[in-house]
Amino acid sequence: MPDSLQIGTHTLRSRLIVGTGKYATYAQMGEALARTECDCITVAVRRERLIDSQGKNLLDFIDTAKYTLLPNTAGCFSAEDAVRVARLGREILLGLENPGADWVKLECLADKRTLLPDPVETLIATEQLVADGFQVLVYTTDDPVIAKRLKNAGATSVMPAGSPIGSGQGILNANNIRICLEYLKEDDPTYPVIVDAGVGAASDVAAAMELGVDGVLLNTAIAHAEDPLLMADAMRHACLAGRQSYLAGRIPKRLYATASSPDEGVVKLKKVIGNR
Amino acid sequence: MHLRVNGELREVPAGCTVAQLLELLEIRVRHVAVERNGLIAPRATHAELELAEGDELEVVTLVGGG
Repeated sequence: MPDSLQIGTHTLRSRLIVGTGKYATYAQMGEALARTECDCITVAVRRERLIDSQGKNLLDFIDTAKYTLLPNTAGCFSAEDAVRVARLGREILLGLENPGADWVKLECLADKRTLLPDPVETLIATEQLVADGFQVLVYTTDDPVIAKRLKNAGATSVMPAGSPIGSGQGILNANNIRICLEYLKEDDPTYPVIVDAGVGAASDVAAAMELGVDGVLLNTAIAHAEDPLLMADAMRHACLAGRQSYLAGRIPKRLYATASSPDEGVVKLKKVIGNR
Repeated sequence: MHLRVNGELREVPAGCTVAQLLELLEIRVRHVAVERNGLIAPRATHAELELAEGDELEVVTLVGGG
């Protein structure tokens, strides 16, 4: 498999992981996911609506044989709740016989305004979920120190945010992502680091991939684009372009110009003095 | 007997099993996981697991999310 993304025991062909939330319709979601050519999609766990038995279910619109589902613990504000939701998600995915039953995207949030992760609760939940046999992909801030602590706690992947969830601000602190990469990949170059959250446009995906992260997880930037299907195409290209650019090795940035054309052999015009 | 399902009070026949409750609520079992009093009730046990007065149940499914 050429340049696949390895996350724990999961091998993904695409380096994009795409969310299933906030689309205008399920049909649009299905088409957008297909256009990204991703093979892993995130889903959330929520109470079944008991009054609306005829209501459509997300699972009617997802080919669970095609996609590996990555259940999240979105909406959880404590380690206890996150562990509980992770176990419920696993139970559903076991029933679906989906390979995603053994992993979880851990989100343990601090408050609703920023949706920033609570680092302490996130660390506690990581330890408990790892002990419970989960492969834990952890949403966290771009703080390299907590990133390292999460890896040491057994996280299968650490997923620093580029900027707050759904904010579309891109990568606000590329230097922190760089340090995260150094800390997490030191002596372990294949450890997967994924930028999760903050993407607003395709250029953000390319920029993240050029930093050397292994993948990007996004949702709102596609779902709420004016044309979600076209943006899904753009994200696919951007991810590939960014990855190739990273692998190709960029030139160093310099203060002054260096000519692309030879200095020698330039046709010289005769100097005409005093005749303008 | 009375149960609380997803926070709502429900009356069901005495001796109702998890499987019967899901049928009563017209819930497609493929789509859900059930938690009884804070512990997961694995799907394989639904047919036999009898509920008791005052049980607290959570029935969850997958929805769109990032």
